[in-house]
Amino acid sequence: MQFWIVQTLNSLALGGLLFLLASGFSLIFGLMRIANLTHGAFFMLGAYLGASLLRYDHDLGLWVSALLAGLAVAALGGLLERFVLRRLSRNPLGQVLVTLGVSFIIADACLMAFGGDPIPVPTSRALARPMFVAGFVFPTYRLVVLGVAILSALALHILLDRTRIGAMIRAGVDDPAMARAIGIPVSRLFTLTFCLGAGIAGAGGVLAGPIFSAYPGMDADMLPLALIVVILGGVGSLMGAFVGSFIIGFIYTFGIALVPDLAYVILFLPMIIVIALRPRGLFGRLAA
Amino acid sequence: MATEALRADRLNAYYGASHVLHDISFALADGQLLALLGRNGAGKSTCISSIIGLLPPRGGKISVFGQDVTAMPPEAIARVGVGLVPQGRRMFGSLTVRENLVVARKGSGQWSLASVLKLFPRLGERQRQLAGSLSGGEQQMLAIGRALMGNPRLLLLDEPSEGLAPMIVAEVGRIIAELRRQGLAIVLVEQNADLAMSLADRVVILNTGRCVFDADIDTARARMEELSHHLGVFKVAEPAR
Repeated sequence: MQFWIVQTLNSLALGGLLFLLASGFSLIFGLMRIANLTHGAFFMLGAYLGASLLRYDHDLGLWVSALLAGLAVAALGGLLERFVLRRLSRNPLGQVLVTLGVSFIIADACLMAFGGDPIPVPTSRALARPMFVAGFVFPTYRLVVLGVAILSALALHILLDRTRIGAMIRAGVDDPAMARAIGIPVSRLFTLTFCLGAGIAGAGGVLAGPIFSAYPGMDADMLPLALIVVILGGVGSLMGAFVGSFIIGFIYTFGIALVPDLAYVILFLPMIIVIALRPRGLFGRLAA
Repeated sequence: MATEALRADRLNAYYGASHVLHDISFALADGQLLALLGRNGAGKSTCISSIIGLLPPRGGKISVFGQDVTAMPPEAIARVGVGLVPQGRRMFGSLTVRENLVVARKGSGQWSLASVLKLFPRLGERQRQLAGSLSGGEQQMLAIGRALMGNPRLLLLDEPSEGLAPMIVAEVGRIIAELRRQGLAIVLVEQNADLAMSLADRVVILNTGRCVFDADIDTARARMEELSHHLGVFKVAEPAR
């Protein structure tokens, strides 16, 4: 029983982290049609920055370091969009190669700066302490991660679906040329969206730190998961990213725990089925 | 020339390598309506795209109320005070009717959500509906309302009667006449020459990307045969004004 509860919580926590990673990826792809392969590296960079911030000043706390690392990664994302990707609009292959290349650069820079050993990210004592409910042990931090993901999903939903700026972003997705022609600053919104997506990934990386640590190869581990989530849930759909993240969180966690040899089969199989039967994904409007 | 709403001066525009607008020149006084006519493929919509900056001209100059907008991006031209009602209406289909209007809000002037909904009561009834679910006529009203939300001083209307039932066309015509009466400068691109002539102060005709006719409405009426020749119709009925 304890096994099922813990694995379920692990699944929910992984789903939450995947949402923080995939929502930005999906948003960026939906708005700008850029498959940002740097997204995994943004996540890893966030984890390393968070680890360094906490090592530098232990009193900073996980939340503040997540915020600071998120802002730093958002700024980096903004620079990447403004000065590199902007020049490659209408060149999807160029964008894929450049984002992949930048991802390698970030990975190597992290290796150089932080070394090859995993760096654990400490949490506060309150978050590290397990909860005991009805005789079962619950890892508190996993529940907190789940809560953060749900709150982020709500905040993104309100931003995109309930505010004027969200409506402007969606107008830019529907018809960018027309949106510009009625005065919507689509280009600035693109940069903003890219910063937002990168920032959420960076902050998500910090929150992943206490579970995974920051380690070389984290980027390459996370990026395929983000791609699977987005393909499964539907490109450009917040709801799709949310539902997809938890589906993949469960499949991956239980797959590894129950049939470790087949974990990747179990992971990729639903994606292949979705691509074959429903190319738009569960909630998407665009074909992947 | 502060009273000049729009001046196109020897515009040349290209789609890739193909030269589609050749030395197009015309001017529109503030508060007047210019009918931009011509057969299919004459370059009318291309002209509109050039003015709003979606297809920047490679040669020539465009001024809006005396301001050179030739090299500006579309969003900046929109802020100068140009409103666009594009061909095919191009609603933001995944936004609600209300959102379609609100995202276009800018500048100050007589137009706000309330006043646009007052002009188009049908849109008020359908505020929460997705724009993609509206009928053709309602979408046209929404496209006009969306352009008005930006409080434009110059309105570009690209084939507003296209694909609409005659009753709706008459309604659209009535609204355009009303906007013109309120002092808005308007460029009206139309296949429906009768409708355009009944509203215009000035008539410009394009043919294969060249300006072949440019005169005020009275001269245009006096030269109906020439117009018919350019437009490829056998007879343009004398419209009742």
